Amino acid sequence: MTAFIQYTLQGLALGGFYALAALGLAVIFGVLGVVNFSHGACYMLGAVGAAVLLDATGLGFWAALPIVTLAMFVFGVLMERLLVRWLLRLDPLYNFLLTFGITLFLVDLVKRRYGVSSLAYELPAGLKGRVEIGSVSLSSYQIFVAAFSVVLCLAVWLLLTRTRVGMIVRASTEDAERSRALGINVGRWVTPVFGFGIALAGLAGVLRAPTGSVNADMGSFFIIILFAVVVIGGLGSILGAVVAGFLVGLVEAYGQGYAGSFSQVLIFVLMAVVILVRPSGLFGREEAAS
Amino acid sequence: MSQQLVSKVDVELPTEPSLTARRPALRWVGLGVGLLVVLALPWYIYPPVAMDIAAWALFAISVDLLLGYTGLLSFGHAAFWGTSAYTTGLIATHFGLPFPVAVLGGAVAAMVLAVPTGYLAVRRTGIYFAMVTLAFAQMVYFIANQWRDVTGGENGLQGIPKNLGGMTDLINSDAFYFYYAAIPIILLGVLLAWRIVNSPFGRVLVAIRDNPARARALGYDVERYKIMVFVLSAGLAGLAGGVFSVSHGFASLQELVWTTSGKVVLVTVLGGIGTLWGGPVGAALVVLLEDRLASSGFNGIGIITGAIFVVIVLAFRHGIWGTARNGLGAWLRSRRRSREDV
Repeated sequence: MTAFIQYTLQGLALGGFYALAALGLAVIFGVLGVVNFSHGACYMLGAVGAAVLLDATGLGFWAALPIVTLAMFVFGVLMERLLVRWLLRLDPLYNFLLTFGITLFLVDLVKRRYGVSSLAYELPAGLKGRVEIGSVSLSSYQIFVAAFSVVLCLAVWLLLTRTRVGMIVRASTEDAERSRALGINVGRWVTPVFGFGIALAGLAGVLRAPTGSVNADMGSFFIIILFAVVVIGGLGSILGAVVAGFLVGLVEAYGQGYAGSFSQVLIFVLMAVVILVRPSGLFGREEAAS
Repeated sequence: MSQQLVSKVDVELPTEPSLTARRPALRWVGLGVGLLVVLALPWYIYPPVAMDIAAWALFAISVDLLLGYTGLLSFGHAAFWGTSAYTTGLIATHFGLPFPVAVLGGAVAAMVLAVPTGYLAVRRTGIYFAMVTLAFAQMVYFIANQWRDVTGGENGLQGIPKNLGGMTDLINSDAFYFYYAAIPIILLGVLLAWRIVNSPFGRVLVAIRDNPARARALGYDVERYKIMVFVLSAGLAGLAGGVFSVSHGFASLQELVWTTSGKVVLVTVLGGIGTLWGGPVGAALVVLLEDRLASSGFNGIGIITGAIFVVIVLAFRHGIWGTARNGLGAWLRSRRRSREDV
């Protein structure tokens, strides 16, 4: 039972990274129709950014959280303005390929500058200990990550469903053409939404920095898992991204706990089952027949 | 989600008769020159690098069969290339069979793997197809990484022998001779691709690419065609991967990692999608560039290849061969027109 609770917490923390990043992926896809391959690289940049910030200025985790997230927002805005924008009218596969090129570029750039070995980062002040609940000892940072990402996903959810901005973004996601006809300037929201999505990936990276190894390759497998997450959840669906993110996190953690070395294969088995049973994903809308 | 990666860009491709169709002599000239280049390659380029170019060329053609002719972007072709690389290595090592037999075995293994993958992947189209194939390729990578007894884990398979009956000593003595021993396999693969593209089956594929709904209305089982071409494409990628691993004498996880899937798409797009010639052109450029960068000790090849990819996707979506062909076609048309005016 103790082990089970620990795996569950681990899974929720892991799922938090996936859910946040997948949420960014889903919002970008919804409004721009772009599957951002560089999402894993942006997650990596977030973590590396936090480590570099610590090294260069001594600013720790709590400062990195807003600073790096904001920097990633700016990075996303630049990326959209300079590159992604030019391909928006074409088949979405072109932006997929473009962002793949950006990924190669970013990963090797970081590798060249900071090497392949992991950068040092430690648990933030105040969350270093463990929490004892009865006989169960849990890492307080994992509790923080799980809670923080749930709260953040809820906040984004409220932002999208309860505010005017969110309504506009959702309307643009739903039907850009009709939103335009109703007088909404969809184009104006494209850039900030892209930046917002990238910022979420960067934020997930900062959150990951204290727990994992921070290096140029940390986003390489992350992006594949993210794709599995959005295929499971349904790419167009914001709720699907969050639910599938936590689901995949739990599957991975239980797998590591009980199935050993082949645990990561479980995620893809889950994906295969979802494709067989519900090709459009758990929360996805049916694709128009091709 | 549309899946008309090619038809949207290459609008003139389906409507205009191709250059070679209007001038049949051009096709034979092209084939002759191409064959000559293939045979002369190891005289001018370090033979193992020449072999890499040939293998990557066939690999790119296999991707183009899906991307250019069926409108499906597979972002997981490293699974087939790598599965064949490992299977070829295992067959050659454990049974001591001649390497062409081992390569064929590898290609069959790739095709077997492609059946369930294709079955699942064709349930989605466009960008989803790319993501699903990518994810399954990653699953193969994880399995190869964990199944250490068979694949050697992170060390990979070492010391794959080059057996060829009485010629074993000769092809082992010099990569130059191995090139000529292995190039028929690559050419066979290219010939197969050419046959597929220029067959009624190939026309159906193009019809599916351009308008899946109409192809379905005409009574074609679109999913079945997609699975069939997916398996065939995996077989070609398998031939290429097998030759690659025998040539290098080892198979490593590098063959299965998703950057390899991405690299072959880069090679295909760089050369020009929907053109069988594009693959070889792209392969030659990318392999030579990487070889040059690696030997000069440059650290961070991805910075260059990534930047090239960004530029290609932004500015030269027809790729090198596509741009050249369209340019030549436009030039010939304008010349013909000016002649008719006179």
